[in-house]
Amino acid sequence: MRDFLSAVVGKAVRALARLRGGGSALPGLVVERLDPGFMARALSTLPLGVVAVSGTNGKTTTTKMVVEMLEAQGLKVFTNRTGSNFSRGVVAAIVGECSMTGRLHADVAVLELDEAHAMYFIERVKPRFTLLLNVLRDQLDRFGEIDTTAGYLQRIADATTDVVIVNREDRHIASIGERTRQRAEQTGSPKVREFGLVNDLLSTFPGDDDFYGGSSDAGLTAGERHDADVVLTALGKQTATFRIEGKVYETPLQLEGLYNTYNAAAALSTVRSVFEAAADTYTTPTTQQLLESLSQVRPAFGRGERLELDGEALELVLVKNPAGFKLGLASFDAEGVGVMIAINDQYADGRDMSWLWDVEFASLQEGGVAVVTGTRAWDMALRLEHDEVAFGVVEEDLSRALAVFRANTQGQPRRIYCTYTAMLGLRKRLGDLTNVEEI
Amino acid sequence: MESATEPYSLTIVSLYPRDMNIYGDRGNLLSLVRRARAHGITAKVVEVNVGDPLPEEVDIIIGGGGQDSGQERVARDLAGRGAALRELADDGLPMLLICGLYQLFGHRFVTGSSSEISGIGVFDLETRAGSERIIGNVVVDSEEFGEIVGYENHSGNTVLGEGSAPLGTVLQGAGNNTMDGTEGARTRNAIGSYLHGSLLPKNPAISDFLIRVAMERKYGAFSPREIDDKTALRARASAKKRPR
Repeated sequence: MRDFLSAVVGKAVRALARLRGGGSALPGLVVERLDPGFMARALSTLPLGVVAVSGTNGKTTTTKMVVEMLEAQGLKVFTNRTGSNFSRGVVAAIVGECSMTGRLHADVAVLELDEAHAMYFIERVKPRFTLLLNVLRDQLDRFGEIDTTAGYLQRIADATTDVVIVNREDRHIASIGERTRQRAEQTGSPKVREFGLVNDLLSTFPGDDDFYGGSSDAGLTAGERHDADVVLTALGKQTATFRIEGKVYETPLQLEGLYNTYNAAAALSTVRSVFEAAADTYTTPTTQQLLESLSQVRPAFGRGERLELDGEALELVLVKNPAGFKLGLASFDAEGVGVMIAINDQYADGRDMSWLWDVEFASLQEGGVAVVTGTRAWDMALRLEHDEVAFGVVEEDLSRALAVFRANTQGQPRRIYCTYTAMLGLRKRLGDLTNVEEI
Repeated sequence: MESATEPYSLTIVSLYPRDMNIYGDRGNLLSLVRRARAHGITAKVVEVNVGDPLPEEVDIIIGGGGQDSGQERVARDLAGRGAALRELADDGLPMLLICGLYQLFGHRFVTGSSSEISGIGVFDLETRAGSERIIGNVVVDSEEFGEIVGYENHSGNTVLGEGSAPLGTVLQGAGNNTMDGTEGARTRNAIGSYLHGSLLPKNPAISDFLIRVAMERKYGAFSPREIDDKTALRARASAKKRPR
């Protein structure tokens, strides 16, 4: 009865919120107040349980990869697709998809969890599988310190029942894996799986310590290491090569960017874990089948997403912390491309602009930056000035900036580096000019 | 590094860049070097990490903040240089210490578990770990530098003794602590502050101070050049409009 009431109330609020336009998490907020146990009950009925995805960078795209690979094998997957990764976002998504009796008709849930908000989530729901991507400096105004963030991820690992999938190349995540392995020695669970990089690629993916000349672990890079579950061994322009169980596979990808490609290794290892655990009830796909489905995955909105404007490509690259910005600049060729940078300092972006000083912009010197926009456009301009990067127009207002950018870069492919809220704002405005997928 | 075309050169020591760099502290170094160049001065940067010797010649010292976990290592190393650094400060060497090193340039830092990390006492101050982090945009009024614009993120509460003057009075934000409305510290030409953002790019008056004092100490005179600060001024103006 309780399930029914919560489902009905939630659906009603959702319908009302839709009528008023927007407010995608509102029904989640209402139901959570009304019935705090709703989320746990709905998720507890799923035969394969919950897959949690967390870490600083790449959660949304990696979650999308895991979901689409599982779906391609015929599983029905529940996910918080909008990237609303607080638990009210998860509840809102359940409300949207559940039956009137509050039941979710799905085999498995794959949920992107914000590091801090995951604490609330794991008190209610124990993930069966957890994928931990990385710990990088991000929104220190929210989390205080990197060590705090790493502590949150450790607690998600501690709450996981079956398998924790960890990034072998991230110092913080690797130690979480190590601690989890030691702790599981007595009980036998959870298991720990790793995804990693071949030694040659380690320098391409600097960790947080490497960015700052920190006390990087020499041991990490030295010599031969035991094989991880999935190893990224090479990457090209929209192709990647993985080593899985000693065999090497090359696959095309729709995804671009170094980090997306590495996160594909993370997603592969996660999907492999799920099918291994479900071997009794579901047919295990071959590696070829998994790679086939991986090659179909397109980037999540704003994460290297490609739109078209005036007959030219327009790429949106989300940048929200130094590591992401650096990899974003390194991943996409600047030659011949019109560039705009949009930096907002809303709560979801982080209010502190210090992070811009940890990114080097020299790669933009040659082509310059056509337009700088966002609430902190002038901080960004000041940053560019310090790296001798020429910039054209500085315009805080996103709409006016987009118009100028469009006019001043006619006939060129375009790329916009943007913080989270700037990305949402620009997508909304771009929706009036071209085809933009609704989220 | 030194260029033959510029007659003037300054050596800037960047203190513990490997461990103390958490809030874009690199920006201060970048900005100071660039500012010196704009004044016609070649800046030579020497990084001093844990275990490295201080160079014989030093004209400016700057340093930043770190994570709590790395600070004891730095504190131990710093203790060994305490006498040398105090002597330099007494002699009027210009210094800028932000956040973590600002605290360690005071007498002591008392942690949450009431253990003590000793500082080197360049500034007459002590810091106690607070229960809540102080985070947000800050505007400070300083007699010498005008308005100082920055961002703070610290859990330490710092209280000044009589031997150090505050850098300024807080107009927006918290500063040294949540009680007395002061921010930062001054002892002779050493400046300590909680502000990053980074501090120097948006507050060129402080860069100019460090450069002027260093030039006067080394060459007996400094003739500043006219520098176009339009971008910095606009960045200050928008930062001041932003919420806490």
